[in-house]
Amino acid sequence: MFGRIVWLVLRKDFMIEVRSLETAYTMLFFAISCVLVFAFALVQEGRAPEGGAAGILWIAIAFAGTLALGRTFERERQAETLRALLLAPAARPAVYLGKLLGIVALLSAAETVLVPLVALLFQAPLLAHPIWLALILLTGTVGFAAVGTLFAAMLIRARSRDVLLPVLLYPITVPVIIAGVRATSVLLEPDVNTGFLQVWLALLVCFDVVFVTLALWTFEPLMTD
Amino acid sequence: MTPADFDHLTVDDVSRHFGRRRALSHISFRADRGAILGLLGPNGAGKSTMLALLATLLRPTSGRIRYGDGGAAGAALRAAIGVLGHDVFLYPELTARENLEFFAGLYGIADLGAAASRALETAGLAGRGNDAVSSFSRGMRQRVALERALIHQPRLVLLDEPFTGLDDASAEALGRRLTGLRAGGAIVILATHDLDLAQGLLDRAVFLRDGRVVHAADRPDALRAMYRDLMARVGTAADAPDLTSR
Amino acid sequence: MPKWFIPLAILCGLMCATAPILVAQAPYESTMGLVQKVFYVHLPSAWMFLLAAIVCGIASVRYLFGGDSRQDRLAWAAAELAVLFGVVTLVTGPLWARKAWGVWWQWDVRLTASLMGWMVAVAYLLLRKYGGPGSDKLAAGLALFGMANVPFVYISVNYWRTIHPTTNVVPTLPTSFGVPLWFSAAAFLLLFVLLLRLRMRLEEQRARIDALYLSMDT
Repeated sequence: MFGRIVWLVLRKDFMIEVRSLETAYTMLFFAISCVLVFAFALVQEGRAPEGGAAGILWIAIAFAGTLALGRTFERERQAETLRALLLAPAARPAVYLGKLLGIVALLSAAETVLVPLVALLFQAPLLAHPIWLALILLTGTVGFAAVGTLFAAMLIRARSRDVLLPVLLYPITVPVIIAGVRATSVLLEPDVNTGFLQVWLALLVCFDVVFVTLALWTFEPLMTD
Repeated sequence: MTPADFDHLTVDDVSRHFGRRRALSHISFRADRGAILGLLGPNGAGKSTMLALLATLLRPTSGRIRYGDGGAAGAALRAAIGVLGHDVFLYPELTARENLEFFAGLYGIADLGAAASRALETAGLAGRGNDAVSSFSRGMRQRVALERALIHQPRLVLLDEPFTGLDDASAEALGRRLTGLRAGGAIVILATHDLDLAQGLLDRAVFLRDGRVVHAADRPDALRAMYRDLMARVGTAADAPDLTSR
Repeated sequence: MPKWFIPLAILCGLMCATAPILVAQAPYESTMGLVQKVFYVHLPSAWMFLLAAIVCGIASVRYLFGGDSRQDRLAWAAAELAVLFGVVTLVTGPLWARKAWGVWWQWDVRLTASLMGWMVAVAYLLLRKYGGPGSDKLAAGLALFGMANVPFVYISVNYWRTIHPTTNVVPTLPTSFGVPLWFSAAAFLLLFVLLLRLRMRLEEQRARIDALYLSMDT
């Protein structure tokens, strides 16, 4: 039953997104704009500063993620469908999990475009270790989206929700950004230090486990008035 | 999920405040199976808040709502309630069928396709099931929304201004659907300010104004006259010095 | 207002008046000179900042799962004090750092983690102020997440880079430094308790006015 609800919510979000592609297109365009703005700000004499590529990649992911989170839940607000979700006897944590997986999928899709773009524009060997990179991106994205999905969902009831989402989200996800950026820049060095990578990955995995658990636990009380 | 079973509901001295705004105060009434209860009153009288409380979306500040002899709560209770809200609760990008199948799934119905077909049939939209809801007229959306709310055959049916945007034929069809639900043993509660359409449909009318019950009548006829009379009476009473009604 | 409030307020005022004298009489530290004295304000305010954050976090969790509005008022008052003492900590820290490290700001672990914690407290207040009705629950959720986040911020910043004098020097401090430090810490703690009580009282009064207003049923 729990799994079925997760699947239904995920499939529903996927179908809506495939029909309109609104979030995907706007988010991607925004992320690319971010990368370009950073390129103009940081690239000097045709060269990006050392390790700059990792930071730019993660900033673009964080910004695009905020946009996607806001948009996805704004959509649930339009015809008050979130109310309908909450009225159903379905387990609320399952609704959260379905939403979370949708956001992670959307961000992962955006990352498949962003990574080659950043690698190309900043001459960064991002794709030299694809498995490690995929692991870092996945764990980082899950951590960011786990906190983001809960906050975006609970802010639906709040006033000024558009500005409050980044205000609440960024201070909490700082560890994800630090770990993501550091781990990615380890990958960019000529000799990859797998010890460092493992430390950062372990941190990201712990963050994911703790915050997904906390979100599942608090979703119910946070969504009832 | 086994839906909760109850044959009446009682609202017992319920108040709901939002900060200092008193949306409802000391509301009491009872609704039974096989009867349609109308919550009538002007905009801002507290009808929608009352429905949200009955739907368990809000909790009362004080007082109690009891479903049957009490006990029913949580998911089992929500499984027995169907709500047609002020908004249609439908995803405009999805087709009518996809919307209905999604919600049928949320209510734990096993055969999603059959449930959606049945609902489309009842809505008179069997041929339009594969069109996106965004391409529907207001009336068609409202019909799909009603069948969405009833897809799990709820014991308690709550409708907020169900006649809005419907032409005469659709309003009549809605009326027939509601009397059908009454015959099927549901508790039907509808909030409306459209007295002409509610006329003849209601088994019981509860008049609300400024968050209070001003009158309740069984088997009401001549609703409009009753309403005009009541509102005029309360209006003059409210003009008296009153610190709370601001 | 409880009976203890006025006497304690007077005591707190006296202590705050005496503390500068004690601090002035404390010996000059050999390498840091006069600047070291900012430490008598910095350390106690940092402790109060931490205490306020812990109080806010625990009260928030209890509010979220218990629904007692007293806990909510406590959390709110504590969050405001966290921002207040956080500002004192974050302003006095760089004054000391300028002399000790030669720069105003270092991305050291305790500094950065304090800044992030302070940001969460500010976000908490912003949410309460601009979130509209129902933001009390949401703020409690934020406080819970902020609390769970502390070890992650700490570890991640720690790996990132670190330099900061460790706190374990405190118990071994010579008495000439220790007495004024503990004295001012006690004064700060008293101030913390008084402000917390006062701030909660304000919210209690507000809640009472609301209740009175709503009880005027005609």
